[in-house]
Amino acid sequence: MARFPFSAIVGQDEMKQALLIAAVDPSVGGVMVFGDRGTGKSTAARALAGLLPPIMAADGCPYGASKEDQARYPDVCGRGKMVKRAVPFVDLPLGATEDRVIGSLDLERALRSGEKAFEPGLLAKAHRGFLYIDEINLLEDHLVDLLLDVAASGENVVEREGLSVRHPAKFVLIGSGNPEEGELRPQLLDRFGLSVEVRSPKDIEVRIEIMRLVAANEADPEGFAARWAGEDEKTLKRIARGKARLAKLTAGEDVLRDAAELCMAVGADGLRGELTLMRAARALAALDGARAVTRKHLIAIAPSALRHRLRRDVLDETGSTVRIMRAIDELFG
Amino acid sequence: MNLPDADDPLDNAVVAARLFTLAPKLFGGMVLRGSSPARDALVAALGEAIALRRMPGHVDDERLLGGIDLAASLSAGKPVRQSGLIEEASGGALIAGMAERLDASIAGRLAQMLDAPLDEGQAALVLCDDATEPDEAPPVSLMERLAFLCDLSASRRWQGVELAPAAGNLADVAPLDDDAMKALAATAAMLGVDSLRALIFAGEAARGLAALAGRGSIIDADLSGAVRLVLAPRATRLPPQDAEEPPPEEQQEPPPPPPDGERDNAEDSDQQQQEPDLSEILVEAARAAIPADLLAQLAQGKAPRRSSSSGTGQKRKAATRGKPLGARPGMPRGGAKLALIDSLRAAVPWQQVRRQEQGASPDAPILMRKEDLRIRRFEERAARVTIFAVDASGSAAAARLAEAKGAVELMLAQAYVTRSEVALVAFRGESAELLLPPTRSLTRARRALSELPGGGGTPLATGLNAARECAEAVIARGRSAALVILTDGRANIAADGSPGRPQAKADAEAAAKAIYARGIDTLVVDISARPGPEGAALAQALGGRFLALPRADARMLQAAINAAQPALAA
Repeated sequence: MARFPFSAIVGQDEMKQALLIAAVDPSVGGVMVFGDRGTGKSTAARALAGLLPPIMAADGCPYGASKEDQARYPDVCGRGKMVKRAVPFVDLPLGATEDRVIGSLDLERALRSGEKAFEPGLLAKAHRGFLYIDEINLLEDHLVDLLLDVAASGENVVEREGLSVRHPAKFVLIGSGNPEEGELRPQLLDRFGLSVEVRSPKDIEVRIEIMRLVAANEADPEGFAARWAGEDEKTLKRIARGKARLAKLTAGEDVLRDAAELCMAVGADGLRGELTLMRAARALAALDGARAVTRKHLIAIAPSALRHRLRRDVLDETGSTVRIMRAIDELFG
Repeated sequence: MNLPDADDPLDNAVVAARLFTLAPKLFGGMVLRGSSPARDALVAALGEAIALRRMPGHVDDERLLGGIDLAASLSAGKPVRQSGLIEEASGGALIAGMAERLDASIAGRLAQMLDAPLDEGQAALVLCDDATEPDEAPPVSLMERLAFLCDLSASRRWQGVELAPAAGNLADVAPLDDDAMKALAATAAMLGVDSLRALIFAGEAARGLAALAGRGSIIDADLSGAVRLVLAPRATRLPPQDAEEPPPEEQQEPPPPPPDGERDNAEDSDQQQQEPDLSEILVEAARAAIPADLLAQLAQGKAPRRSSSSGTGQKRKAATRGKPLGARPGMPRGGAKLALIDSLRAAVPWQQVRRQEQGASPDAPILMRKEDLRIRRFEERAARVTIFAVDASGSAAAARLAEAKGAVELMLAQAYVTRSEVALVAFRGESAELLLPPTRSLTRARRALSELPGGGGTPLATGLNAARECAEAVIARGRSAALVILTDGRANIAADGSPGRPQAKADAEAAAKAIYARGIDTLVVDISARPGPEGAALAQALGGRFLALPRADARMLQAAINAAQPALAA
């Protein structure tokens, strides 16, 4: 399927909002998408990566290093000239081995010339872009640990097979999965910044609209992309403006208090929930072009930021989203 | 193009195969279920239409994706690249047998292949699914991405399978109009097909059918053909019945022949195209095409079969992780890691000889041969599956059932810590059923448990047999099984379903001995208010432990199970 324009994706507003927030402020942490198959999860993630403007990266550098990277990691990133390249989008397959993900000893060079060289893995490839993992709940736990750790620190440290390598690996982690097929450990869920639930649209009109757009895209990908280019350009501007505005936005005392109260009320474990809630609300405000972070932003983003952090009571079947909405109603009426 | 009546599943499959060859990459591929002569004939015919490349289930990453051929590189002294299967099959299709056993990691690669952009010339995929067990199926991630799911297990024909060469061109067919899309979307909704991929496939299949018939736009028959081929096999519920039709009758005789009145409708709707009629026709087409076993399952209100193996997490992968065990000779591929130091150590003693042989200078780099390579070995414990066999009969007191459910949920809630899984067999009345195939999913378990009804006789023998079969299936997959039986042991229904205590007791004992003979760990928990001697006797016959819990709540029950048999704890 040809790459689908981001603006042409029908519905799935929560997922699109979360992805945009991650694009404005990557420090929010990754996005976890829960949902059925065939709901456009990977389409949306791919589309966002395709939408972003090309980045300047060192020529021939396997890490796609920026100027700052070259200064920080002079030994691995080299001094290559800066050239344009597309924002990387790496699709991590389920069966990927640890070697492939973090990189490993370059076997060929080790055997041929006895040289100890590092062969960069998928993490290096994803630097400054997106790492998408479909069915992350089926990925082996030690790999998920590793990914989240690298995503949080922005740096991949390899200490194995006699190698000692440090290279930049800043990326937005996007995981998706269907909870019916296996759960993700709560510790891991907590490390994701935002989580969204996507459902297949039930509305016939919406489904027809999607069919129509997909058919149009298949028939004439270039024409289709051109038709949506204007909308995509607007989204792009929104992201750019949001990024610029982000630094200037601060949250007032009252909003901080609201965030803390909400986290207490829903029983979200740990401080990370509060921090992410604040950051995401700020990014949303920036995206909306608001002057200040307000309660409205907080409420809009609360389900995404907190849904996956609630302590699970196995005997209580009330959905997390419902619990959050109830708490919001009680607190803020 | 007019579809033949759905007399033999092969007819549909042949049409699907023709559509597939028309645009292999667009439709992704086919799943051919059921090992039958019909399937072999169809695969042979497919092989004549497009290039089929066979892929064994044990294929490794290097062969699938291509990479450095290590053995050839070493002997040639320079890197030798080998192309992968996906590359080699480009423009044609990969075909995999025993697809229900396909490893999740390979499935992941194949799914990526199918998701690759159309213009990259990647291969399509044909899966041969030999599953016979209800919980076996090819990986869902692949089924989702292949347009046609054909069940040929009931096919009685195998002769004359010919795929007429694809005549038309998909690009010549006009896109679907609004009415057609609306009708397809409505039909998908009625069949409970949520995935948009399926809906998009259906739309393209309708156009494909028109192309095959050499038409420039679709007609209603194309739509009903598309529904029959793409949507019906994915149905998760039966379409709502018309008010005047008595539903139970329909459910007992699948597939129901469409009433005559409807058939007339289908014929003259070409002239008077009315939108509500079109949906009805499509639903009718779907109803006629839902495979018999799926229909039976749906009629009982059960979810259709799906693969219960949930990925790499639970599979034993002794080659890649766990406690290191040292090295052994072998090639580092398929996830096996090279043990560099051991490989060098193996090569060192031979250096002098090899240098002389090759006339190399004494300061040449170390000369490695294929036989020097060592790979790391790991030891890993097999995952454990705890199977609960719950007596849901009247004698086991309905109130107790709630506690049993609670205990299962609590054990499952910790399951992700230990990577163990839980399965649930319930027995009551005259039968036993596997309510929950081995799973780690709390969501799924909770749903199965909430649907667990109580009351009726105690078919203990049937329940034990079902539990044993489940355990055997688990063991066959290389995992270990443990049984927790929640019952009062008072059997009153024999294995053949007839009432009568003496026979029931004898049957139960025989079933228990069979479990004992398989060496399966068991724990009997007596959940009745006044425990009698039957439970203990059952435990003895099983060679297992016994625990009487007359007044336990869910948490106590879980604690007791953990304490009585730590290995059983989820």
